[in-house]
Amino acid sequence: MTGSFLLTTITFLPLVGALALLVLRRDDHVWIRRVAMTAALMTFVFSLLMLRDFDRRFAGYQFVEQRAWIDTGIAGKPLNIEYHLGADGLSLWLVLLTTFITPIAMLASWQSITHRVKEFFVMLLVLETGMTGVFLSLDLFLFFVFWEAMLVPMYFLIGIWGHERRIYAAIKFVLYTMAGSILMLVGIIWLYQLTGTFSLPEIQALIVSNKLVLSHRTEVLLFGAFFLAFAIKVPLFPLHTWLPDAHVEAPTAGSVVLAGVLLKMGTYGLLRFNLPLFPSASLEFAPWIALLAIIGIIYGALVAMVQPDLKKLVAYSSVSHLGFVVLGIFSFNPIGVQGAVYQMLNHGISTGALFLCVGMLYDRRHTHLIREFGGLATPMPRFAAFFLFVCLSSLGLPMLNGFVGEFLILLGTFQRNYVWAACAATGVIFSAVYLLWAYQRAIFGGITHEKNASLPDLSRREGLILWPMCALILVMGVLSPVFLSRTQATTMRVLEQMRLNTPALAETERRRHAAEPGAASSVPAEAGRQEQAGSR
Amino acid sequence: MLPPIADLYRLAPELTAAAFGLLIMLVDPFVSRERKSILARIALLGSLAALSANLCSADHPGAGFYGLITVDAFSVFLRILIFGVLPLAILASFDYLKREGIQQGEYYALLLFATCGMGVMAGANELVTAFVGLEISSISSYILACYRRDVLKSNESGMKYFLLGSFATAFFLYGVAMTYGATGTTNIAALHNIIPEMAEPGVLLIAGLGLMFVGLAFKIAVAPFQVWTPDVYEGAPTPVTALLASAPKAAAFAIVLRVLYTAFGSASATWFWIVWASAAMTMIIGNFAAVAQTNVKRMLAYSSIAHAGYLLVAITARNELGIAAVLFYLVAYSLMKLGAFSIVTHLGGTGETKLEIEDYAGLAERQPATAAMLSLFLLSLLGLPLTAGFVGKFYIFKAALDARLFWLVLLMAVMSVVGSFYYLRVIWVMYFRESKSEWSPGPLPASVSGVVLIAAAGTLLLFFFPGVVMLFANEAAAAIQ
Repeated sequence: MTGSFLLTTITFLPLVGALALLVLRRDDHVWIRRVAMTAALMTFVFSLLMLRDFDRRFAGYQFVEQRAWIDTGIAGKPLNIEYHLGADGLSLWLVLLTTFITPIAMLASWQSITHRVKEFFVMLLVLETGMTGVFLSLDLFLFFVFWEAMLVPMYFLIGIWGHERRIYAAIKFVLYTMAGSILMLVGIIWLYQLTGTFSLPEIQALIVSNKLVLSHRTEVLLFGAFFLAFAIKVPLFPLHTWLPDAHVEAPTAGSVVLAGVLLKMGTYGLLRFNLPLFPSASLEFAPWIALLAIIGIIYGALVAMVQPDLKKLVAYSSVSHLGFVVLGIFSFNPIGVQGAVYQMLNHGISTGALFLCVGMLYDRRHTHLIREFGGLATPMPRFAAFFLFVCLSSLGLPMLNGFVGEFLILLGTFQRNYVWAACAATGVIFSAVYLLWAYQRAIFGGITHEKNASLPDLSRREGLILWPMCALILVMGVLSPVFLSRTQATTMRVLEQMRLNTPALAETERRRHAAEPGAASSVPAEAGRQEQAGSR
Repeated sequence: MLPPIADLYRLAPELTAAAFGLLIMLVDPFVSRERKSILARIALLGSLAALSANLCSADHPGAGFYGLITVDAFSVFLRILIFGVLPLAILASFDYLKREGIQQGEYYALLLFATCGMGVMAGANELVTAFVGLEISSISSYILACYRRDVLKSNESGMKYFLLGSFATAFFLYGVAMTYGATGTTNIAALHNIIPEMAEPGVLLIAGLGLMFVGLAFKIAVAPFQVWTPDVYEGAPTPVTALLASAPKAAAFAIVLRVLYTAFGSASATWFWIVWASAAMTMIIGNFAAVAQTNVKRMLAYSSIAHAGYLLVAITARNELGIAAVLFYLVAYSLMKLGAFSIVTHLGGTGETKLEIEDYAGLAERQPATAAMLSLFLLSLLGLPLTAGFVGKFYIFKAALDARLFWLVLLMAVMSVVGSFYYLRVIWVMYFRESKSEWSPGPLPASVSGVVLIAAAGTLLLFFFPGVVMLFANEAAAAIQ
C-alpha cells in the first residue's frame, strides 16, 4: 500500500475540518456543529477503509508513508527526521477507536456546550489529529510532536469548558504530562545519539540484529525516561493523582476522549517502545511494575467504592482497569498481551460510555453526587437499561467485552506468576461491588428527591449516542476473534523481538515449553474463541 | 587616508545604519511637530537599507580594517539577525511613540546607533573593536531605557542599566587589558594561535578571561549578573524592551562565542565549569523567579534570563552543534520575544498602565486574534512542538547530550516544566478568566500586527522548515572554530 495517502488523510482530515470551522461565523452554531460532525464522520469512514485493506497476517507496518522532513545535517551528519506513518494491528484498532469516539463525543456535547461553541469543536478536532498522529507515527521525533501538541487542545478543553475547579485540573494535567514527556524527549535524543536514526523500525532492526547493544545502565536509564512518560499517562499508581481531577473537571466530551483514547496512549507507548526497545530492562523491572499495577487495581477499586461522586467513581475505576492493562503487558506472554490490547479497546468503549451516561445525568441535574439521585428507573427506564448494560460491560460480565479482556489478562498473568493473577483477580470482584452498588443507589429504590420524578428519559440524540456504543460492547463481547486476529501478528512480533534480545526470557519460555508442552504456544485468538464458547 | 573600498563594503550595514541615524538627527529640527512621523519612515527605510547592505558585506568575506573586523559566515548570520530585528522594533514603536507623546527624532536615531554598535560587536575580530561596539550599543540603550523621561520607573531603569552596565564594561575592558598583558595581543585570531602554545595559561590570562566573562555575562543577563534585567526591562518603554531582549543578546553572544571558542577554545577546560555553573544557576533563578511574577514585563524578563541559561547549556556542550544551536535558538528566541513584547506594548495602553497578568483577564473574548497570537509566542517560549521554540530546545538537548552533559540536560528538562507553569498562567488568565473591569484594548494597530504576523509566521515556519536556518547556522558554526 505504499504510495497511498490513507494515513495522512485520516490524521489531518480533522485538522482540515478545524480550519474550515475557523471561517464560519462565531454565532452560527448549527453550521459549526454540522461541519465539525462531517469532518469527524468522514475521518471515521476513511479509517474504516484502513480496516478493509488491512492484511492481518502481515506483522509489520502497513500503509506506510515515508518522506524526508528535516534532513539538514548538523555538523556534517545528516539529521534524518522523517514524516513516517504506518499502522500495525495495535495502531489499527486504536486509530479506529479514536475516530469512533470523537464523533460520539461531539454528539454528546451537541447541546451541553453553549458558549464558545466554535472553539470547542476546533479543539476537539485538533485533539483528534494529535491522537491519531501519536498512534500512527513511526518516527520518534514526529511521535513526540504529536504527543506534545495534543496537550494544548486538552488543556483548553478542560480549562474553558470544565466544571468548578477546572483551572487547577487543567494545569495539573499539563504539568504532570510535561514532566514525563520532557524526559522522554531527552530519551529520544539519546537514542538517536546511539543509533543515528529516529525511525522506529530501523531502531528495532538494529536491536534485533544485535548491532546495537546497550549497556545495562544506558538501557535502564532509557527505559526509565520512556516509562515515566507513559506511566504518567496511563496512569500507573502512584502517578495517577492528576486523573481524577482532570476527569471530574472536564466536560463530558473531554472525559470521554480522555478515558477513551488519551489514557491508551500510555499503554500504547509501553507496548510500542518500552518492550521492544528495552527488553532486558523491561524484564528486570517487570515485577515492580506488576506490583504497582496490582496496587493500582486494588487501590483504584477501593477508592472508587467510597466515592460519593459518580464521575469520580468512574475516574478511579479507570485507574483500576488500566492497572489490568499494564499487568497484561508486563506478563510478557501472548495471551496476556493480547488481553491487554483488547482491554485497551474495551476500556475506551465501556468507560467512555460510562462517562456519557454520567454526563447525561449531569445535563439533567447538574450534579454528579450519587445521593442526589435514586429511583431513576421509574422516570428514565430506557436510560436505566443502557446504564446497566454499560456497567455490566465495565465490570466484566461474560458475553460483554470487558470479560474477554480481563479473562485473557488474568490467564496470561497466571502463566507467568499465579500470585499476581490471584491478587489482580480480586479487582474483578471489587469492580462488581462498586459499580453495582452505585447503580443500585442511583437507579433503584424509591425516588428520594422530587426533582428526579420528572426527569425526561433519553432523547433521540442521546439514544443515537448510546446505541452504537452498546452495540459495540456486545459485538466485542461475542466476536472477539475479529479484533484479536488482527492484533495477533503484532503482539507476537513484539514478544518475538523481546525474546530475541533477552536470553533470560527465552530461557524461561523454553523451560515452560519443556515442562508443559502446548501451554505457551496456545494462540491467543483461539483462547478468545475458547472462552467465548465457554461463556455461551 | 581612506581605507580600501572593500573594507567599507564589509562595514556597509553599520555605516548605513549610522548614516540614517545622523540623517534623522539632521532632518528632525526642520520637521514640524505634526509631521514627525516622517522620521519613523526614514528610520524604517534606513533599517531596511542596513538589512540589505548585509548582502553587500557578505560578498566581501575576510578581515577588514587591518584585522579589526571580520566578515565570515558567523558574523553575517548574526548581523542579518540583528539588522532583521531592527525594522521590526521600529515598526513596533510607531504607534507607541504617538500614543505616549514621546519625542520621535532622537528615539529612532538612537535605535539605529544602538544597532550599529551591535553590528560592530557581531563582526568584531579584535577585543578592542568588540569593546567599542559594546559601548556604542550600550550608551544608546541606556538613553533608550529612560526615554519616558517623566516616568519614574523609566528613569530608574535607565539609571540602573547605566550604573551596572558601566561596571560591566569596565570589567570587560580590564579583562581585555590583562589578556593583552599575558599574550601581547588582543586580536581574537591571534589569540587563537598563541594560547595553545603557551605552556600553561598563567594567572593573568585566566583572570583576563574571568573578567571578560563577567562583563559579557552581564550583557547576556546570566547568573550571577542578571539582577538588573527585570528592573530595566520593566521600566524601559516596551518597544525598547523588545529590542533589548533580542538584538543585544545576539550581539553579546557573538562575542561570548568568539572569546570562548575561537580565542580560548584550547583552554576550554578552564572555562567549562564556570559556564556550566552559570548555566545551571541562570536556569534555576530565571524560572523560579518568573513563577512569582505578577507583572507581564517582569515575567518576560525573567523568562529571558531562563532562556539565556538554555543558551549557555548549548555553549557548555563545546561542540559545533552547540554553536549552531545557539545561533538557531537566538533567531527563534528573537522572533518570539519580539512578538510577545509587541503585543504587550499594545495591551499596555496609554501610560503603560495595564501590565499586570490579571489585566489580561477575558482577553480571549474581546480580542481573540491578539490572545491567540500571544498564546502562540508563549507556547513557543515554553518550547511546545509546532513552534520554533521546540526545535531550538531540541537542538540544544541534542548538542548537550552529544557532549554527555546529562545533569545539565536533566536540569534543563525540569526547568522547562517549571517554565510551563508561568507561561500557561498567562494563557489561562486570557482564556479562562472573566474580566472584572470594563477596560477593553482596541484591536492591534496595523504596524504592530505587521510585526506580530512576521514573528508568528517565523515561529511556525522555523518548526516546519528549520533546515533553512540551520543550514546557515551550520556554516556559521564551522566558521568560528
